[in-house]
Amino acid sequence: MTKSVFLGTLTVAGLAAGLASAATLDDVKARGELNCGVSTGLTGFSLPDANGNWTGFDVSLCRAVAAAVLGDGTKVKFVPTTGQTRFTALASGEVDMLARNSTWTFSRDTDLKLDFVGVNYYDGQGFMVRKDLGVTSAKELDGATVCIQTGTTTELNLADWFKVNNLSYTPVAVETNAEGEQQYAAGACDAYTTDASGLAATRAAFADPENHIILPEIISKEPLGPAVRHGDNEWADIVRSTLNALIAAEEYGVTSANMEELAANSPNPEIQRLLGVQGDLGKMIRLDNDWAKRAIAVGGNYGEIFAATIGEATPIGLARGLNAQWTQGGLLYAPPFR
Amino acid sequence: MANVADAPKDSFRLSMLLYDTRYRSLTIQVFVFFLFMAGAAWLVDNTMRNLEALGKDFDFGFLWNRAGYDISQRLVEYTNDSTHGRAMLVGLLNTLLIALLGCMAATVIGVLVGVLRLSRNWIVGRLMTVYVEVFRNVPLLLWILLIYAVFSEATPAPNAFRPNPETGIADRSMFLDAIAVTNRYTALPNPVFSRELGWLDLGLFYVNMDVLAVIGAVIAGWFINRAVKARATRIQEATGERPATWWSSLLLLAGLPVAVLLALGFHLEFPELRGFNFVGGLNVSNSFMALWLALSLYTGAFIAEIVRAGILAISRGQSEAAFALGLRPGRTMNLVILPQALRVIIPPLISQYLNLTKNSSLAIAVGYLDLRGTLGGITLNQTGRELECVLLMMLIYLAISLVISAVMNVYNSAVKLKER
Repeated sequence: MTKSVFLGTLTVAGLAAGLASAATLDDVKARGELNCGVSTGLTGFSLPDANGNWTGFDVSLCRAVAAAVLGDGTKVKFVPTTGQTRFTALASGEVDMLARNSTWTFSRDTDLKLDFVGVNYYDGQGFMVRKDLGVTSAKELDGATVCIQTGTTTELNLADWFKVNNLSYTPVAVETNAEGEQQYAAGACDAYTTDASGLAATRAAFADPENHIILPEIISKEPLGPAVRHGDNEWADIVRSTLNALIAAEEYGVTSANMEELAANSPNPEIQRLLGVQGDLGKMIRLDNDWAKRAIAVGGNYGEIFAATIGEATPIGLARGLNAQWTQGGLLYAPPFR
Repeated sequence: MANVADAPKDSFRLSMLLYDTRYRSLTIQVFVFFLFMAGAAWLVDNTMRNLEALGKDFDFGFLWNRAGYDISQRLVEYTNDSTHGRAMLVGLLNTLLIALLGCMAATVIGVLVGVLRLSRNWIVGRLMTVYVEVFRNVPLLLWILLIYAVFSEATPAPNAFRPNPETGIADRSMFLDAIAVTNRYTALPNPVFSRELGWLDLGLFYVNMDVLAVIGAVIAGWFINRAVKARATRIQEATGERPATWWSSLLLLAGLPVAVLLALGFHLEFPELRGFNFVGGLNVSNSFMALWLALSLYTGAFIAEIVRAGILAISRGQSEAAFALGLRPGRTMNLVILPQALRVIIPPLISQYLNLTKNSSLAIAVGYLDLRGTLGGITLNQTGRELECVLLMMLIYLAISLVISAVMNVYNSAVKLKER
């Protein structure tokens, strides 16, 4: 008897968060605001500027979804989450979707009851070291101290990779990218490891980026993508469609600039359907037919967003690589809009 | 009143449950109990439903799955192939280590400061007041972060100890060629035995027999010494002359353990810089040092106040009487005041030990992988079993606290005023 009382009392702490609602779309519409889980600050991906406006690659996806659903890309409440809190925040309903460079893995998709709706960045885990260390390959890192964000897939990859290569290392656990950056900069670790895109972003934020190198080894596959709660397929469809619309728009050459013109004049029925001139695609996901137009209007198509936030013209300077369209030798491949 | 006792038994009516003072308290208790149980049942039911709605089950099977992550400080055998349960054990031992060392250091600091704060030396007394007020009035988390920042920002990187290839001189040299404080860890000499006695298998982990032998020697020496002293007392009582015991005490307390250490080939392994880091020695991470120092200094400030209160609770007549007997101030404190003050000190001291143990979960702030860091941090995150991990963690902290409490209560009943 006392045992059940005890368990019951503990439960309050364990499950304080309310029951996640099934109809996320209705909730978001009623609220008039999209709650989007982002990282606590990663240059180029999600970072608030001096005025508190969030910008970045992941942030743009949140804005596109908000524009598609609510008609306004600014109606987003960004909820910063750490590697440790992100999935709980999503599962408990604190955020409607997660756009937080999270790796799509089997167990997260199934056991954690999440649904990854696509991949917005194909990444892999790398290492960054100080140039004066004289290290040119990750295989020379035997005995090194490595800073690692806890609760991430990179933590597990790191352990596996060092084991497979029969090297030893000392992990230093950090909670956020900012903390990792600070520890690495202070010299508390020889190498910092996370997704290569994250390393590039971190390096770009340093005062002396030329003194740090990212080692050539990419030790894992990290498909990063937006995630939603398992079980609300309608909402998952909306987020997936928005991401696909951005990718397809680039493939068809639809940009935020020429969108109106193409909608009026394009002979291509695929573009016509995407932009809602023909067909009733919007109704199929319980939105209106202009949903994709609004999503693209906020920050442009996938390519425009990439170029503006993390592309080669930005301080982060990431090449498209795997993230080019399939027609350009990359992996981006949106299903047909039909 | 005799009428009440003679009241007929068969006259019980239902309304008496409410109006009869003999039954009313029982009624209320049953009522409260049912309310309480209903509340508890509602909570459990609510949890079950929510878990079901989320499609999650309640299962501790993950504890037997491969953990896959590494832990830098481990007191027992652990690799990333070990299970989550094993990782939990490593975390638990790290928690116990920091709690044990923290309680010891806090007690020493607390007793010293508490006594010194009552010192007649004005400057010493005020300094101790400043220490107590500063440490107990700033949140512990800030102290941990501050000390950690000092360690990682104000100390050199291990690289600074490397001799410059041109001049052959390093920026920094090791203290006594044995200790290096770096911004990652403090490298200390590692005590090792050249004669291995093997390992004792305790099921969950192995214990080094050499260490056990040394501990055994210390305990044996202590007990034999007590017997020798008791014998000396007996002889003194019988003959009035006390045989000299200082040499046998010295031999038993110091000589015996030293002899065992020598026999086992005890020596120190000095750390040296090889590759990226110091190897060969004992690298105590900065997160451990920061956590330990902050916990000890913070809790020490509270213990100092408890000790001071305990001493002030002893009437002045006691020390005056001791002085009248010709005892010096130091002996007065040790023999008369402190033993009596302990009775007042022990109960609140127990709470401080419990606080320190629970506060050690703030380790997460500096990346020290204790129970909160392994079970409640990485394991929780990698498996997504929030409810199971948090419940298990709470149960373990509860168990640790109850054990500390029980042990200290035994000690308390040993020192408390015996009433016959």
